[in-house]
Amino acid sequence: MQSITRARNGLPARSASPGASPAHTLALVGSLRSLLLPAEAAAFRTLGTISRATGRGGGTTLPGKLLWRVDRGAIAAIARRFTNGVALVSATNGKTTTAAMATDILEQLGPVLANPGGANLTSGVSSSLLAPSRATRAVLEVDEAALPPIADAVVPRVICLGNLFRDQLDRYGELEHVANRWKRVVEASTATLVVNADDPRLAALARGRERAVLFGVDDPRHALPGLQHAVDSVYCTSCGTPYAYTAIYSGHLGDYACPNCGEARPPLDIAACEIELRGLEGSSFTIRTHADDVRVELAVPGLYNVYNAVAAAALAIASGATLANVAAGLSRFTAAWGRFERIPIGDRQALILLIKNPAGANEAVRTLVSGGAPRTAVIALNDEIADGRDVSWIWDVDFEPLAEHLDHLVATGTRAEELALRFAHGGLDRARITVEHDLELAFDRGLAETASGGELVVMPTYTAMLELRGLAAKRGGLPAYWEATT
Amino acid sequence: MNIRVAHLYPDLLNIYADRGNIAVLKARAEARGHTFDVHAITLGDTIDPSAFDLYYLGGGQDREQQIVAPDLSRHAATLRSAFDDGAVFLAVCGGYQLLGRGYRDSSGRELPGAGVLPLETVAGERRLIGDVLLTCDWAGGSTLAGFENHAGRTLLDAGALPLGTVVAGYGNDGESGAEGCRHGRAYGTYLHGPLLPRNPWFADLLLSEALEHVSGRAVELAPLDDALERAAHDVAAARARSRGGR
Repeated sequence: MQSITRARNGLPARSASPGASPAHTLALVGSLRSLLLPAEAAAFRTLGTISRATGRGGGTTLPGKLLWRVDRGAIAAIARRFTNGVALVSATNGKTTTAAMATDILEQLGPVLANPGGANLTSGVSSSLLAPSRATRAVLEVDEAALPPIADAVVPRVICLGNLFRDQLDRYGELEHVANRWKRVVEASTATLVVNADDPRLAALARGRERAVLFGVDDPRHALPGLQHAVDSVYCTSCGTPYAYTAIYSGHLGDYACPNCGEARPPLDIAACEIELRGLEGSSFTIRTHADDVRVELAVPGLYNVYNAVAAAALAIASGATLANVAAGLSRFTAAWGRFERIPIGDRQALILLIKNPAGANEAVRTLVSGGAPRTAVIALNDEIADGRDVSWIWDVDFEPLAEHLDHLVATGTRAEELALRFAHGGLDRARITVEHDLELAFDRGLAETASGGELVVMPTYTAMLELRGLAAKRGGLPAYWEATT
Repeated sequence: MNIRVAHLYPDLLNIYADRGNIAVLKARAEARGHTFDVHAITLGDTIDPSAFDLYYLGGGQDREQQIVAPDLSRHAATLRSAFDDGAVFLAVCGGYQLLGRGYRDSSGRELPGAGVLPLETVAGERRLIGDVLLTCDWAGGSTLAGFENHAGRTLLDAGALPLGTVVAGYGNDGESGAEGCRHGRAYGTYLHGPLLPRNPWFADLLLSEALEHVSGRAVELAPLDDALERAAHDVAAARARSRGGR
């Protein structure tokens, strides 16, 4: 206990005693650079163990935070341990799921290091690299804004970019800004670029690039009847003319061509086709490459998970996996953390669908409704930094198909009233809306209306999801998040 | 009565949930027995200035503003004559900038504006992002709560009136304490969130002015149950007080 207390005093955020100031701690830690790498890694890892032991949270990012600040060169050296390379996965939506799917596929070739628990900023990624592991390859999910510094530090062998939608403009800035930063990352890197050809801005990144793998969806039967509200990137990246779409699959993703200059979706190297969606249960589809194809069974629902799966397949194939590995890996896959995740609560279960931006929430709504819309839902809108302080995005979500079927909405979270207003203007009678700021009370209210053996739909923003998982853990349904493997 | 609405470039200027503002105006008009007839006007369309009582322009990212600006400037004379005739304008964020005389964006490009509002905008170094709270002394001290996220620094002409005074947040330029602009029946603001769902008094003010444009006489609007709206406003206002302008 004594050593824990001492070490805890040395933590930068909590440091109080003058003898262990943050600067002092950092200088001390920095001198470790002269030691052998494994020792250094072990020293930083110890800090994470202490952080968990003291209950200060996951401890998933603390060691990395220090290493990142002290010695970025060490991160490159650690990354080089992975003889089969490091793959980075970024996207507005689906990066956690895509990375987890790719890990499941590549694990058939040998152990893979991943960054669980959404630790996708510089600190989390460097902490993950420090974990003791026999892995010869790493698949790391990376926050959109953190991609430039992380790509610079770890020198990835593969960069997989899934999609770019408007998201938390208060945090990421305008879409164009993120796209330009990614462009510079890609231009400066020799990695194999795995990109979604259905996203015009991303497809443009692969133009003229030798080592590029283009993936996408090819099944017009699943196209939307028209563009959804508030789509981005529907104007030609070369000349600004609106694209003509022969199929729109989600948001601005689809099969497009510019009627003016002829810029069009490039041919797909790896395509998902012959897709059968099975409501909330899952889907099956064919992954087609230039050489061969394979039928895949997936236990997570919705077209957006087909996108995640084809992205993971493309990443894995670019990293040496076979189509047989792809089919086997994807068939093993179950929901990533909070993404269509089912959590048992007593004799009922909660179906958790993380919502964080219009494109992702639209897909969650679309999938929910296709599987038989719920009569009761608990929706939690928080406005912390990780959720986006600006809550206006809820007005860009097409909640109407859900509102139409609801008998009761429990609106909760720090901005519950805004959510209630959104649904009131989306056609739901105000008498059917309960505003309950307290997440636990809201959750119980929803559970009380759920039949024994039934399922309660809960749609939380990011910090509300963490809180919800905390509640579920308290009631015995879940391990703590740093213990979760996916 | 029927309020005829021109929603300008809804396909391009829609970044901050602008349809929330339209939905609120429509619902509040219909709750008083009026109709609210929205027409989308986009690139290449023509505008008949006698055909509309209310014009709405939403926010857009730089790229969308670059596409819109040259098209919008074709309509400058039309929009000014609609303004002179007493039509109502509400412009938010990017639309606010383009309803002024012009905007110099972050790449140094000069975008022409419609020249309805007496102001100019130049992109600054740092984006001004956060919760905002305004008081409107001209409206009996009523408050407006919203969120702002803009690179533009908007400078009002001498004698031009702001929409409100910043209680918390940045406002037009982060320095003057002024936010937005009101000029006759034309209103511009950086507040989104969207603006109107949680600020229903302002929605009603726009509606009554639009109805006056329709009928040529003052129109009284019956009060609605705004308990939820007021609660949402109060949460947003508290947010601005505790963390606006940082």
